Amino acid sequence: MYYFKRILMLAPLLLLISLISFFLLHVAPGGPFDKDRKSASPEIERQLNAKYHLDEPLWRQYGRFLKGAVRGDLGPSLKYRNHTVADLLLQGLPISLLLGMLAFGVSAGIGIPLGFHNALARRSWRGHLGSLLAISAVCIPVFVLGPLLVMVVALYWRILPPALWESPAHVILPALTLGLYYSGKVAGLMREGMLKTRQAEFITTARAKGLPEWKIYLKHAMPLAILPVVSYSGPLLADLLTGSFVVENLFQIPGIGVFMVNSSLNRDYPMVVGTVLLYAILLMVLNLLVDWVYSRLDPRVQYQA
Amino acid sequence: MSRSEKTKSLAFGFLAALILAVGSAGCRESTPHADLVILNGAEPESLDPAAVTSQPDLRVVSALFEGLTRPDPITGNPIPGLAERWEISPDQAQFTFYLRSNAVWSTGESILAEDVVYSWRRTLDPATASDYAGQLFYLKNAEEFNRGLLKDPNRLGIRAIGSRILQVTLKQPSFFFLDLCTLPALAVVPRRAIEQHGDFWIKAQPLPVSGAYELDRWRVNDRIRLRKNPRYWDAANTQNQLVDILPIGSASTALNLFMTGGADIVWDKELIPVELLDLLLKRPDFHPFDYLGTYFIRFNVTQKPFDDPRIRRALAMAIDKRRLVEKITRAGEKPAGQMTPPGVPDYTPPGGLHYNPELGRQLLRDAGYPEGRGFPAFKYMFNAAAGGVANNHQKIGVELQQMWKEALGIDMELRQVETAIFFAAQTALDYQVCRSSWVGDYNDPNTFLDLFLSHSGNNRTGWKNERFDQLLESANRQTNGVQRKVMLGQAEQLLVEQELPVIPLYFYRGVAYYDSRKIQGVHTNILDLHPINAIRKIQPD
Repeated sequence: MYYFKRILMLAPLLLLISLISFFLLHVAPGGPFDKDRKSASPEIERQLNAKYHLDEPLWRQYGRFLKGAVRGDLGPSLKYRNHTVADLLLQGLPISLLLGMLAFGVSAGIGIPLGFHNALARRSWRGHLGSLLAISAVCIPVFVLGPLLVMVVALYWRILPPALWESPAHVILPALTLGLYYSGKVAGLMREGMLKTRQAEFITTARAKGLPEWKIYLKHAMPLAILPVVSYSGPLLADLLTGSFVVENLFQIPGIGVFMVNSSLNRDYPMVVGTVLLYAILLMVLNLLVDWVYSRLDPRVQYQA
Repeated sequence: MSRSEKTKSLAFGFLAALILAVGSAGCRESTPHADLVILNGAEPESLDPAAVTSQPDLRVVSALFEGLTRPDPITGNPIPGLAERWEISPDQAQFTFYLRSNAVWSTGESILAEDVVYSWRRTLDPATASDYAGQLFYLKNAEEFNRGLLKDPNRLGIRAIGSRILQVTLKQPSFFFLDLCTLPALAVVPRRAIEQHGDFWIKAQPLPVSGAYELDRWRVNDRIRLRKNPRYWDAANTQNQLVDILPIGSASTALNLFMTGGADIVWDKELIPVELLDLLLKRPDFHPFDYLGTYFIRFNVTQKPFDDPRIRRALAMAIDKRRLVEKITRAGEKPAGQMTPPGVPDYTPPGGLHYNPELGRQLLRDAGYPEGRGFPAFKYMFNAAAGGVANNHQKIGVELQQMWKEALGIDMELRQVETAIFFAAQTALDYQVCRSSWVGDYNDPNTFLDLFLSHSGNNRTGWKNERFDQLLESANRQTNGVQRKVMLGQAEQLLVEQELPVIPLYFYRGVAYYDSRKIQGVHTNILDLHPINAIRKIQPD
């Protein structure tokens, strides 16, 4: 019942989000057809605006957008005029999803064991080294890490291609670039979670029962210690799955991250609202999923319908 | 199964299904390697010949759709395309074109004179909203039709007088009409596909094309794959079966791909990392060349103090243009005294104003600002960098700021804005001084000078000069080519030596990377035109 209500809430939220992004964008100066080469005659500009209904009052344009959106038609892109917004998003989304999921795998695959290790070895040199690694991962931005990886792996060693999206080999460097950055954050959260959990009474109980240390940590502490990572996963996944402008630009990946940024610079109104809605849906659905996983991992969590 | 195990298996099942679904959709189906890979710059906004305006788009569209003439791969000058020959009336105002009998669509139907009539009417139809429709305004009644003042398309100066004979009547003589016929806006497009599919006709399957290549696939931000059109009339001379045109957003990515063998040619000036220019210029596979492009400054002459031509001249004379090309652009650009770059045949451009800070100070004094005293602070507008050479806009602004301060004692602030705002502000004359550039469409001074006609939408300076308009218009009515160029020279002299609504700074330099031992047929010409069907790769990788 609780989840049903949450799902019901999605619709009005999406409506509000589309409304705000639609009007905010139209407030910005400049339009989609402002470019260096002016149209041959004012009549052409008039026709162009009429064709895309930009000459109508804003509320009517929004109404038109909504009417289409309900049917899954987000309208034509004003920048890439041979394509509809839905076409462009459908073309790029699977690519961003794949890249995002692999990057999530990298960040969880490295971050969780690293955080676990750093918590257990926190007073030894190994623990310090691990923490240093985690902090460096957070501190080196993607636009530095990416070119560094390309330089070493693709240009010096020549073992992986420097860009494009063609074969599994092409996926490795962008997934690493994107994932490594977040792995530091995941490691930090995991470490904190573990440090807190190991002081809990049920851990002392487990120890008193004479359980081996590895079993205490993996079986008893882990489900609780990982909770901060789980709640961070929702927004992280939403970020990763909708692509990354920097990584897509650097590796020339045809995902949707580039649209997220460029469509507003291009004043491609339907595209902006389309990408914002997509991001909002992903974020809300993933948060819902996170809450559900949360309730399964931690028996203390109960949601009231 | 315990509760947590159940959760885990559920979560894993969900993830595995998602990865499988996405993986099968996200990874490309295996496709053969292209014979030639070209890095082309920005993703084309459109491939509709009537809609395209930017260079990366035009390069692709020219491979798909041909017009009556096509550019010569070496010189860029017009040579017979779909028309095998033509006759020109002595007054240069009437052209009769004879289409080739072997000109056919890629789907097999003949290309007839009616197709050309349809294509030109479509470009001119205001409902098509073609930005390049102006290239057809030389046709009789075309401008009136495009402005919506004339509704009957039969009154346009184009008529099919036989199934393969076309009569074109111009409103005035034109010495560059054959050049215009090479432009995509005048290319021949498939009527039936357009009427059937509307705005998205370019994605029709099969798509009838009139050019050397068919559109095999187009995934935005990924690649455009061209496949040889075996029915093209000159297919015997098409050098490659499959050509991949890749859009690239970052100059360093383009260089990385080229260096690791992922691309054969890089040919957009936005794809040159300026920081590495000194190194690149020494490489044998880096080919710079001159072409028809000019970087200049616009003044808003409707606002004080820039309404005074003396002040505009003073600012021009205080700029050491050599410093800009040697310090900032660094690819061998030449300082510009006038708008029309050197190399236009039979045209002697005026030299423009030379660097002379002393005379500049004198002019400023005459205008009432001795040593720059009392001169209001003003803003220099430029658009935000997109990468590559676009980074230069700011550097040039900073350099100008310093030169004007040193030579004239006046203060200028930099105003950086988003590109969409930049052009909107230019059009609305919401600026004082701003950067600008122009790339010529055809090899004639008119392509640079007609921007500054009083009524031109590309003027964007507020400058209106009757004498300039008259000179340009009477030059373009001349039937004597030599006399015409003399008059154009006078008009340009007025523009860049006396009135200066603009200050030309330097002429662009085109650049391309390709290994000339492996790639043949890329010829550097002033129009920066390199027909793809003429490019040949010698050694397969």
